[in-house]
Amino acid sequence: MLARAHPRGQRGLILGYAGLGGLHRAAVAVFGRSGNRAGDAALIEIEGLTKRFGTFTAVDRVSFTVPRGEVLGFLGPNGAGKSTTMRMLAGFVTPTEGTARVAGFDVQTRPVQARRELGFLPEGAPTYPDMTVIGFLGFCAGVRGYHGAARNRRVEQALALTGLEPVAVQPVETLSKGFKRRVGLAQALLHDPPVLVLDEPTDGLDPNQKHEVRTLIRRMAPEKAIVISTHILEEVDAVCTRAIVIAAGRIVADDTPAALERLHPSGRLDDVFRALTTKQAA
Amino acid sequence: MRTTLVIARRELAGYFATPVASVFIVIFLVLLGALTFNLGNFLDRNQADLQPFFTFVPWVLLLLVPAVTMRLWAEERRSGTIELLLTLPVTQAQAVIGKFLAAWAFCAIALLLTFPIVITVNFLGRPDNGVIACGYLGAILVAGAFLSVGSALSALTKNQVIAFVLAVALCFVLAMASYPLVTDFLGAHLPAMTDVARRIGVLERFQDFTRGIVSLNDLIYFASVIVFFLFLNTVILEARRAD
Repeated sequence: MLARAHPRGQRGLILGYAGLGGLHRAAVAVFGRSGNRAGDAALIEIEGLTKRFGTFTAVDRVSFTVPRGEVLGFLGPNGAGKSTTMRMLAGFVTPTEGTARVAGFDVQTRPVQARRELGFLPEGAPTYPDMTVIGFLGFCAGVRGYHGAARNRRVEQALALTGLEPVAVQPVETLSKGFKRRVGLAQALLHDPPVLVLDEPTDGLDPNQKHEVRTLIRRMAPEKAIVISTHILEEVDAVCTRAIVIAAGRIVADDTPAALERLHPSGRLDDVFRALTTKQAA
Repeated sequence: MRTTLVIARRELAGYFATPVASVFIVIFLVLLGALTFNLGNFLDRNQADLQPFFTFVPWVLLLLVPAVTMRLWAEERRSGTIELLLTLPVTQAQAVIGKFLAAWAFCAIALLLTFPIVITVNFLGRPDNGVIACGYLGAILVAGAFLSVGSALSALTKNQVIAFVLAVALCFVLAMASYPLVTDFLGAHLPAMTDVARRIGVLERFQDFTRGIVSLNDLIYFASVIVFFLFLNTVILEARRAD
């Protein structure tokens, strides 16, 4: 199980990167965690996930697992299949073949349970424009089964976590791009899910906001299994403990950021990314 | 159930957060009033009933209900919020029913705001208020049937204009199904369907209600239409969720 969760060559780094995370995992293994049917198994399991649109294969037999404590950076050029993979993981797009499990729940056969364990930030962070920030988050909390005082507490926590208090009563459509993105993030974090899937969480944020979001992700990392997709390669170094590079729907690299950097003589992730993804396209 | 109501409440609040609600209700009331008093000769008839009023209700609903439903799913699709809604822990059916209930409650509010005409007719004469209540029940059911049709068609497209035009067309056919306009056409091209069409006309069913007759047949009919099109709605949504 452990070998499957941490592909060879990674275990050393995972033990090294975060002593606290390791301790936490050990505690989880001993005490278990309520609601997690799968025990200490990987929180995200993707097996042979494939999506075809007509004759075009957007995602081609993608498999990986993400255990608790890991922040997986999902990299690839536009149209490589990142968003489609994440949408299948969230149960929005139905896979042509293969399946995915969130906290042990199959996204196709037990979609509602799987989504309860999942916080998902869709691409572009869509929100209802007419609603106020507080109204929107209250709606999400209500759908997730929080009512009354529990609901208000959840909303307040999410507002505090993402720094949205100053704009809490403003309609979402009047907010800047950075705030809108954070509303989407707040919605994903609201129920403190064990699994977070964030499609470009820092897109459109200014450098300060990017820094805040990365700090937030790092702070939550020991407790959760997190997948983020990004174009920004420096982000991978900043927050991710593992990176998967996807090109034309296939996984072309799966390793720690440090190990990926060593793949190119220059030692720069940009060069590695270019080498991996252009070779595939050609 | 609670999840469905959370969705319905958000949706209904959405109508009133934008000018949609006020524009819809004002136009609905003005149109109905003008038709009843002018074309319907409400006063000149010298009869204490709401027959002229109820004659026009289905036609006004036919025009305005698709304006409510056209945005139900098309707008979610266009703005991408459908991805948010359907990745929350809700079933497709909960989302469909929640949205439908909100739209239905909204139409019921608009219909109930026509109450001054009930006061008028009571002031001028002694109408049979039981018949009037039946008429309102029928009108709400007609609105429900049109809403379910419009909602299902809205799930087909991200273009609101297409959703509107398709819904008006299909509601019109459904309304007129038992009239020669439809039955003659079917008689010439699809004779097997003529008998079915005679039984599924919305207008004819509604006329029973305006005469003060509430029959189990008619109630089952409206329930079937609504359930069928809402089911169709979930099927369309399932098939075209991410398109």
